Amino acid sequence: MAFSSLGTTHRAGRERLLWALWVLAAIIGGLGFYERLAHGDKAADFSSYVPWGLWVAAYIYFSGLSAGAFLVAAATYVFRIRVLEPISRLSLLIAAVTLPMGLLMIGVDLGHLERAYLVFVRPQFHSMMAWMVWLYTAYLILLFTMLWVSLKSVQPGRNPGAVTNDLATLRVLGLIGIPLVIGFAGGVGALFATVAAREYWHSPLFPIFFLVGALTSGTAFLTAVVSWLWPSRDAAWKELVILLGRIVLALVLIEFILEWAEFSIPSWYQIGSTYDLIRYVLFGPYWYVFWLVHLLAGVLVPVLLLAKTRSPGIIGLSAALVAVTFFAVRLNLVIPGLITPELRGLEQAYSDPIGNRLTFAYMPSWFEWQLLLGVIAFGVALWFVGTRLFPHVFPRPSQSSEVGQ
Amino acid sequence: MSKPIEQRRWGMVIDTRKCVGCHSCNVGCIMENKLPPGVVYRPVIDLEVGSYPNVNRKFLPRPCMQCDNPPCVPVCPVKATWKRTDGVVVIDYNVCIGCRYCITACPYQARTFDFGQNWSNNAASGRDGGLALETGRKYEQEPSFEYGATWRRGDGVIPKSPVGNARKCTFCVHRLEHSQLPMCVTTCIGRATVFGDLNEPGTLVSQQVIRNNAVSLKAELGTAPKVVYLI
Repeated sequence: MAFSSLGTTHRAGRERLLWALWVLAAIIGGLGFYERLAHGDKAADFSSYVPWGLWVAAYIYFSGLSAGAFLVAAATYVFRIRVLEPISRLSLLIAAVTLPMGLLMIGVDLGHLERAYLVFVRPQFHSMMAWMVWLYTAYLILLFTMLWVSLKSVQPGRNPGAVTNDLATLRVLGLIGIPLVIGFAGGVGALFATVAAREYWHSPLFPIFFLVGALTSGTAFLTAVVSWLWPSRDAAWKELVILLGRIVLALVLIEFILEWAEFSIPSWYQIGSTYDLIRYVLFGPYWYVFWLVHLLAGVLVPVLLLAKTRSPGIIGLSAALVAVTFFAVRLNLVIPGLITPELRGLEQAYSDPIGNRLTFAYMPSWFEWQLLLGVIAFGVALWFVGTRLFPHVFPRPSQSSEVGQ
Repeated sequence: MSKPIEQRRWGMVIDTRKCVGCHSCNVGCIMENKLPPGVVYRPVIDLEVGSYPNVNRKFLPRPCMQCDNPPCVPVCPVKATWKRTDGVVVIDYNVCIGCRYCITACPYQARTFDFGQNWSNNAASGRDGGLALETGRKYEQEPSFEYGATWRRGDGVIPKSPVGNARKCTFCVHRLEHSQLPMCVTTCIGRATVFGDLNEPGTLVSQQVIRNNAVSLKAELGTAPKVVYLI
């Protein structure tokens, strides 16, 4: 009795702390949004020579999380992967939460957000960016339709015939969704890769790299959520987490092989401009982003833990490490492509004494982090509302026990 | 100028041997277009080459190359930038969404972003701070006449274009319409910059672009610049 009371008090204290942290993040982020609306991008550190920064990296990170989580759900419905069925609705909710986060992030990055609708009114379909906006829109509609049908299918009292119809609908929607999501996840890579002026980006491997990256980060995020927030801690849940951990391990290794190809080929004979950019990533001023955040915390530690352990808690921790540190991969894809002058000496040709916008040095400002924090707080709020409105994203105990059968 | 626009093809030749690195082309451009801090159309790259005692300085003014095959145009998601029939690549400030994709796509980094900063922002400091502030404000209130329109700077929730837009050299099309040369050509003290219609066989610019010592920057990319350097 005393232990139970202590546990409840402890849980209540932790909840209060989390709430306080959320309120703090929301206030800091809200002030950032006010600054953005009132004064534009003036407080950001990106410039005319490094025109994309933290927000673009965050946008591809969140959209990747969404694509990865969605692919798990769609594959479950399309290929009838019974063992993953209990987490299909959760996957869709994660996808539905992280996508608006990415879109909000890229929205504030635009110089004229109020004109964003022009992409629908007067699109230029030769532009990869126009394709992305159209694909995102189609995906958004499909995703929310799937979430709605999937939640409807588990409503108490729904007759078996209707449930069968719901599952058939989900299968069709999933079938449409898989190529759509492969298209937009790879398409984000193509958005960068098609820019011939930037040698670091201009690689046919980029779209594949982005697609595998989306799957890796999305699945890792899902695994961490299942490991930590799943309501019933039974044997079936444990088996599910172990399976997800194995999938994450395989994806991290595939991602690493692609990364090895991306880095080793241009560097092998130590000549060429891409080699210089790779040296910048590995040994430049932000070397720790690659070696410590990405390679150590995002690859080595999780791979070792995932290969050895069967503990759901540790699998969750490893997956969370993969998911969170994947942001470093996104940063290392966007920024290094922009940090060298296309013409030697351009950086000293003319300077900007007021805003320092004609420089190739970039370090995200507090304002940029502030807005990212705001977007995270927004995502947490969406998650909170989503799980309260639709508690069926987590299966009922009877469904949960079906796992692994 | 009596010819229809589609029969003109504007080009520029910059003789690097005549350029003394005085930056007057850049200053003239800034004044003509009322460019704010951080926006530059024609920086002059100043390179020191060699090692002592064999050293030299090279100057390379870098306007927009007005490519015949401009990589900045097809990336725009809303068709806010295009190549005119006379070959000048332009931006519709009232359509540009400020995504900066075109800035990443230009291999000459000839586009800059207008963050909305003004010269008077940090001017009120130092011995003559008050005077600098007053002058800066006066300058900022002057409109720019790019593309033949009147652009005044704005701020706020919805930034007034060209704030929040990508910007670039236009070969001063607003001056060309009135039979005036681009400002950078006018202000060049060494007559290092020659400008004219590449479709007119007799013009100086047409004769110079075919010289043996005429080169284009990054010709291997296939962008076909209409700015050529004599080396």
